[in-house]
Amino acid sequence: MTQLPTSTERSLGLVIDLDTCVGCHACVISCKGWNTENYGAPLSDIDAYGANPHGTFLNRVHAYEVQPETGPAQTVHFPKSCLHCEDAPCVTVCPTGASYKRVEDGIVLVNEDDCIGCGLCAWACPYGARELDQLAGVMKKCTLCVDRIYNENLPEEDRVPSCVRTCPAGARHFGDLADPDSDVSKLVAERGGMDLMPELGTKPVNKYLPPRPRDRDDNIDILAPFLDPVIEEPTGFLGWLDKALGTVSGGKTDKKGAS
Amino acid sequence: MNKPVQPMLDTSPRVSDEIRQTTCYMCACRCGINVHMKSGKVAYIEGNRNHPVNQGVLCAKGSAGIMQINAPSRLKKPLKRVGPRGSGAFEEIEWDEALEIATGHLKRLRDEAPEKMAFFTGRDQSQSFTGFWAQAYGTPNYAAHGGFCSVNMAAGGIYTIGGAFWEFGQPDWDRAKLFMIFGVAEDHDSNPIKMGLGKLKARGAKVIGVNPIRSGYNAIADEWVGITPGTDGLFILSLAHELLKAGKVDLDYLARFTNAPVLLNEDPGGPEHGLFLRDKDGKPLVIDRKTGKQVAFDKKGIQPDLAGHFRKAGKTYRTVFQHMAERYLSDDYAPENVAERCGVPAEQIRRIAAELAHVAFEEAFELPIEWTDFRGDKHKTMTGRPVAMHAMRGISAHANGFQTARALHVLQILLGTVEVPGGFRFKPPYPKPPEAHPKPHAGHAPGKPLDGPHLGYPLGPEHLLLDDDGTPKRIDKAFSWENPMSAHGLMHMVISNAHAGDPYKIDTLFMFMANMSWNSSMNTEGVMKMLTDKDENGDYVIPNIIYSDAYASEMVAYADLVLPDTTYLERHDCISLLDRPICEADAIADSIRWPVIEPDRDVRGFQSVLIDLGVRLGLPGFVDEDGKAIYKDYADYMVNHQRRPGVGPLAGWRGKDGKGVGRGEPNPKQLERYIENGGFFVHHMPEEAAYYKPWNKAYQDWAVEVGLFDAPSPYVFNLYSEPLRKFQLAAEGHGDRQPPEHLRERLRETMDPMPIWYPSADGLSSAPGGASSSDNDERAQASEEFPVHALTQRPMAMYHSWGTQNAWLRQLHGKNPLYLPTKLWEQHGFKDGDFARVTSPHGSITVPVAHHAALNSNTIWTWNAIGKRKGAWALAEDAPEATKGFLLNHIIHELMPPRGDGLRWANSDPVTGQAAWFDLKVKIERADPPPEESQPQFPPIKSPVGRGPKNLAWKVGK
Repeated sequence: MTQLPTSTERSLGLVIDLDTCVGCHACVISCKGWNTENYGAPLSDIDAYGANPHGTFLNRVHAYEVQPETGPAQTVHFPKSCLHCEDAPCVTVCPTGASYKRVEDGIVLVNEDDCIGCGLCAWACPYGARELDQLAGVMKKCTLCVDRIYNENLPEEDRVPSCVRTCPAGARHFGDLADPDSDVSKLVAERGGMDLMPELGTKPVNKYLPPRPRDRDDNIDILAPFLDPVIEEPTGFLGWLDKALGTVSGGKTDKKGAS
Repeated sequence: MNKPVQPMLDTSPRVSDEIRQTTCYMCACRCGINVHMKSGKVAYIEGNRNHPVNQGVLCAKGSAGIMQINAPSRLKKPLKRVGPRGSGAFEEIEWDEALEIATGHLKRLRDEAPEKMAFFTGRDQSQSFTGFWAQAYGTPNYAAHGGFCSVNMAAGGIYTIGGAFWEFGQPDWDRAKLFMIFGVAEDHDSNPIKMGLGKLKARGAKVIGVNPIRSGYNAIADEWVGITPGTDGLFILSLAHELLKAGKVDLDYLARFTNAPVLLNEDPGGPEHGLFLRDKDGKPLVIDRKTGKQVAFDKKGIQPDLAGHFRKAGKTYRTVFQHMAERYLSDDYAPENVAERCGVPAEQIRRIAAELAHVAFEEAFELPIEWTDFRGDKHKTMTGRPVAMHAMRGISAHANGFQTARALHVLQILLGTVEVPGGFRFKPPYPKPPEAHPKPHAGHAPGKPLDGPHLGYPLGPEHLLLDDDGTPKRIDKAFSWENPMSAHGLMHMVISNAHAGDPYKIDTLFMFMANMSWNSSMNTEGVMKMLTDKDENGDYVIPNIIYSDAYASEMVAYADLVLPDTTYLERHDCISLLDRPICEADAIADSIRWPVIEPDRDVRGFQSVLIDLGVRLGLPGFVDEDGKAIYKDYADYMVNHQRRPGVGPLAGWRGKDGKGVGRGEPNPKQLERYIENGGFFVHHMPEEAAYYKPWNKAYQDWAVEVGLFDAPSPYVFNLYSEPLRKFQLAAEGHGDRQPPEHLRERLRETMDPMPIWYPSADGLSSAPGGASSSDNDERAQASEEFPVHALTQRPMAMYHSWGTQNAWLRQLHGKNPLYLPTKLWEQHGFKDGDFARVTSPHGSITVPVAHHAALNSNTIWTWNAIGKRKGAWALAEDAPEATKGFLLNHIIHELMPPRGDGLRWANSDPVTGQAAWFDLKVKIERADPPPEESQPQFPPIKSPVGRGPKNLAWKVGK
């Protein structure tokens, strides 16, 4: 059993925009690339060219279908990685202290030197955000790219998690969610950012911005006048055209140029 | 409780020894990448923030590049076939022997009959070079993959506005308020669309997705139009109907910048019926509203009259615009009358038309930028109409795709939203009207280069490539009456025609990067048979096949000689302004690839191999008067080749001093400058040149300055396409060059100079004309028998077959179920784990199914090119790609069902020859009991490279 800090100085995390995520998996593979080469053991791939390829990923994108009561079905892409919970059950369950939550920024990490690969933390995590690497025998999880965000060997603009830097649609945002004035906190306030399964009491730091309403046609009345026919039948077209042309002639042309 | 002692963490580890910046090639998008190196090995790949295409972001494919350069499927050495074709039995040979074998065939044919050597390249990003080589060689038979990809999109655009989507232009992502995206699966172009959608979403702009399948970009669309495949043209013309009827069209724009005011000859039956009235200099005439006189369309100070008409010598002349209004105001295009066929409710069509009108005209804005048009008229501002559109293969890979692409551009033009702020913007070297492109050439003679470039844009029957007896000159029958405007050739017909000897037999098929015995061909099993078929003497019907690829693809097994290419990080390439560059709407830009790592195998970049072959063959342009090589390799060519004096493959850092932009002598330090700059060159245009490009004097002058063309070449948009009308006139019996009787009616109907829509579905209810009424009855019957549309899409994280051997990407898409809409799922009582038997008029496949609710209710689909043949790509024979994956290609034929006339009717657009992949219609039934594996299965191919390692833990640093 491992203790959580009573409080953290900052709460670094991700804000993921489900209105914008196109489900391209760019974040998944960028994460795999950075974290294979960096923090701890490489993320291995078992049976890489065989019948059942399965490797370790710290971030995966799921797709769900939603069937509203009226209107067509919708597809929502849902990227999921460790949410760096304030009350992280994966930490408290750890028998060796290998899982811990950092006091300075709230990042939940695994100290691989102390990890015995028992898998209790993965069992305790209600989000399925931890994966045991089968070759290394240690637990792997999102590090929020702790080796990027403070890395003085990187240009300042690149000191963000690899998934955030690579996201083509700009659907992933990184910052301090404990600071109400941070860009991410403002985004959460504006767009009604949500916790994933708040009823579990894990108090996730990461937030999701819900998809905006889709396939709504409530503006139809406002727009209707724009299609009032000016031509009731094809033969009326010339008369309308002649009248209309009288009003556009010259347009915005400079008088000198037009003469 | 353990009270953890936080371990000391190094939060600033060394990232890499060095960053090498080059251009990605994990798909065709051409993003800039930073390749992080540790101890000479690739450690990590990320996007280049300064690059114009991706501005730092990178997709899944790009980040997975590290798994491409270690892929076990990489070919290692030249291969000579030792077993029967298709078996995969090869022996490794040295390059000298390989090049001698190739030269032997190529030399003999060049001296005797160059047309018997057919050279086709697949997803080739060096077409200006491969085309140059083929022209020097002298065969008329050269093209790349455009014919089976999206030539309808390209040709429809060029003939209408002088450009199209993707490489030709882009939405004004920063100013658009309403964006419509048609028929775009999840690609073309990859990162820029995602970045653009992100910008629109951040601003709260509205996105409307028109696609039978709601995945990817369509999943985040604020409104989805789940259209019936192949009916986009009808939907678009119905929008045009509503806009015209409400008078919500940009009359000023139409009068100034399009051929809407040009006068058309209305002399029925006359040889000039439907052609433009022209002055003695050949300029189209309009009526000036100020004087009422007929004047050349480009005269300074005129007000071209959209309503102009007059009679002269018994002939009536009226404007293009009046003809268009007459056609599209017809009730045939009323929403109520198209709704059922499109699968889109009439109210939705009407409302979308209203939204288009609202945003284009009520949310119009002015940019305070002065500009001067081609007539010399000065404008104080630039008017923005913030409606932008984008479309790709979904609307073009149909037999009505050319006319549909034209319809879409006409819709944009009616709204006045092409090349204006907030709308669709060209990327240099576009805009470029059809007249500014080359004409196709096929004049060949033994030992001589071809008489001009292979591909181009015909302006009438005089530009067709036909022998005196009307026989097509090209093996793919491009630029023949069967598909007159086949601007990209018809790669998908090459093997079929060569096998049939129609129009003639060939000796050597030379291909690069095209998986023709698998996912790049229709009728895959048939193609395998054609490639292995022998004549009565026991010789292969296609005698010699030379193939270049970097990987052990399915096609490798069908080659007699394999020339192994490098991966993209091991080679030189140029993404050239002479070809398909990476320009942005505000700038010219090009880029290079350079070997950021050296190959660890005995492989060579294909372009350098072509240069070597060019020297061995003594081709003009490759050897000097003494027969000595002009270029050492492709890198040397990139720097020193000049297409026109001072204009070469790369636009940046030209001239002795390296200061030339677009023009200047070759600079020996040019590649070093590119590498220092991150692998690319970008040069911005002046602000006053950024919009209204076809008509904007500042843009035209700038384009000449940077070498895009040699004199200002303004033009107006072709709402009405006169070249189409010329083909139609021939079909009506005018002119010396006449089509064969069996094509006359089809040409008359499909070469309509104003966009039309006709049903198109796998020859069942295909293009009008050319069919008797009994044919039509047969088709109606077939349509009932095969009622379901079947499509493919490419996943964003994978592209064609390239991704399959990638250990990371195949974990994202290792299987491709056939997705069924709720109606069909329930109707047939499918449940998870089931297989379906899917039958088209050409054959059957039996494949795993899955339910997908967000789908047009009469459409099924799957991911493209996930399915693999056993033994290919260095995968295990029980890999899911081979056991569960499948291709729809097996049930799509390159020919229509026989009509009893003995003719071979291609399953292609009758205008351009584009492969009509998405016209497939099928019937579906539950397979009970389900098979163990997807069907059909083929014997495993012997892998020329063995198998990959069992597990990976890929860390190059310590």
